[in-house]
Amino acid sequence: MIKLNEIKRAFLVSAWFIFLTFPIMVIRINPVEHIVEWRWKNMALVGIGSFFLSFVWNYLMKQKEPGFKKTETAEKTDTIPPLPPARRIQREKRIYIPALVAIGTLTIVFPFIFSMYQTNIMVSALIYIMLGLGLNIVVGLAGLLDLGYVAFYAVGAYAYALLNYHFGISFWMALPIGGVLGAVFGILLGFPVLRLRGDYLAIVTLGFGEIIHIILQNWNEFSFGPSGIANIPRPSLFGIDLSVHSSTIYIYYIMIGLCIVTIFVVNRLQNSRIGRAWVALREDELACQAMGIDKAKTKLTAFALGATLASMAGVVFAAKTTFVNPASFTIWESIIILCIVVMGGMGSIIGVIAGALVLILTPEYLRAFSEYRMLAFGTMLVVMMIFRPGGFIPDVRRIYKFEGVKSMDKS
Amino acid sequence: MLKIKNIQTFYGNIQALKDVSIEISEGEIITLIGANGAGKSTTLMAVSGIVPPRSGEIFFMGEPITDMEPDKIVSLGICQVPEGRRIFPYLSVTENLDMGAFLRNDKAKIKKDMEYVFDLFPILADRRHQAGGTLSGGERQMLAISRALMARPRLLLLDEPSLGLAPLIVKKIFEIIGKINAENNTTIFLVEQNANLALKVATRGYVMENGRITLTDSSKNLLANEDVKKAYLGF
Repeated sequence: MIKLNEIKRAFLVSAWFIFLTFPIMVIRINPVEHIVEWRWKNMALVGIGSFFLSFVWNYLMKQKEPGFKKTETAEKTDTIPPLPPARRIQREKRIYIPALVAIGTLTIVFPFIFSMYQTNIMVSALIYIMLGLGLNIVVGLAGLLDLGYVAFYAVGAYAYALLNYHFGISFWMALPIGGVLGAVFGILLGFPVLRLRGDYLAIVTLGFGEIIHIILQNWNEFSFGPSGIANIPRPSLFGIDLSVHSSTIYIYYIMIGLCIVTIFVVNRLQNSRIGRAWVALREDELACQAMGIDKAKTKLTAFALGATLASMAGVVFAAKTTFVNPASFTIWESIIILCIVVMGGMGSIIGVIAGALVLILTPEYLRAFSEYRMLAFGTMLVVMMIFRPGGFIPDVRRIYKFEGVKSMDKS
Repeated sequence: MLKIKNIQTFYGNIQALKDVSIEISEGEIITLIGANGAGKSTTLMAVSGIVPPRSGEIFFMGEPITDMEPDKIVSLGICQVPEGRRIFPYLSVTENLDMGAFLRNDKAKIKKDMEYVFDLFPILADRRHQAGGTLSGGERQMLAISRALMARPRLLLLDEPSLGLAPLIVKKIFEIIGKINAENNTTIFLVEQNANLALKVATRGYVMENGRITLTDSSKNLLANEDVKKAYLGF
């Protein structure tokens, strides 16, 4: 079963890993006693671990190859390719409706059964879901790689902070104003980059994100510089100021509401004409022009909508933390949001939600291993790209058209 | 119907079209033949407004369209089937067709037109839920033509529909081009390298060389013309 050359290969892999990790896993310099510690036990662990992991890896790689184990199932289902399990769950009403009800009740009772800490984490995860869905319009649907998305998030957060500081505008007023401001900034960025695609667009948007960041950092009279703006009020419920605990719960429900609205809007848009125009524009600009699609307008709506969502998320962020400063809006945030979209599955709503939950919640719950966070993140990205290049839950569009052939002919 | 008057088009410093004038009347099939790089596709791009000319004028039904945006030109009733098909690979056949009707809002008529298109190319009806990218070359060409028809054009611009297709399929596509013209009175402006076939389906033809129109005549005369025969028909 296990061939000799497989063992040989696994052995080589483990030798290579021992060599690679030798400096960090085995040698330790003790600066107090001026001695070098040799941790041979670690070397043995790395060797044995990588030896077995290489078998697992080989098995998974083989399974990925076409033809492995799948030949039988393909014959049984005549010509229609079997759906992947995640998709099948969505199709089956018997599984799908109870699951939806369960998730729904869980989200409603969540703040009452879990601690405030958990609720707080969940609120930030929900903010990232909203950001992910917004970026999904720009990157996933319209195919415009935006690396400065965090700028719009900052616009929203600072809009609320500054409007409140100068004019005492409340959260509920700031939310729509922030959204409008986000759209304006989205269009402002959109105009100069209309002609750009791919790498060039990525660089310009990256620059835009940095510009906003640097302005916030250095323009002291406007944004109070790196010290930020503190004492931003939490949202009030019909004029009543809530305690910290209950306002966390309140923000949680606000975020749930905003997420539901976002999901609804994005879902409707995706299947509308403008949504299809975005996808078409991603695929072929010239053909779109030949079909009479207004390139500029279509791209700008994508930018503006994505920016509106980010900006509204920013308003909630400012209200949640009651403090904003430029450190919250670095390029790193943009990359995390982009990772949420790419790892979750470009263009797929459920994928983006799953991506946001995984990427935001796991680091929180694995605080004990926070030193290895970057390592784990990198490994996860590499593994994902090999085994699930389309993301956790890829876009529906690609599968749905294969599957309906028969049922349509009957109707 | 369409009047191109002395247009000059540049790509950077390189002049692609030199003083090109073409006239098309309603209901005609006109063909523009020429070698690679002669400027045939550029002429179509100029009409569509995607590559606007630097000088000269283009009129459609008496209205100047020289500097119009591409989407406005489509809304006037000029639709292009771009070279190399350029269908949307991740959209299904039906969705591709729906993109063709992007500027129309009359749902019932769109549905009827879709039925008409499926009548013209029954193979597309079988494949209606497949992604555009999974179609064969001939099916893609059929889809590209159908997609353009969904815009209900009064003038259909076809850019090398025979490109890279088997002779049998080319023949079928040219039959249908004739049929579209006969049934709907759609004016067709056909750009081709396959001069023989193009001249057989067209009423008149223009010959283009190095960005200039060098010859224009009825198809019959062009087919008999010795120079054309030598250069494009391979006799």
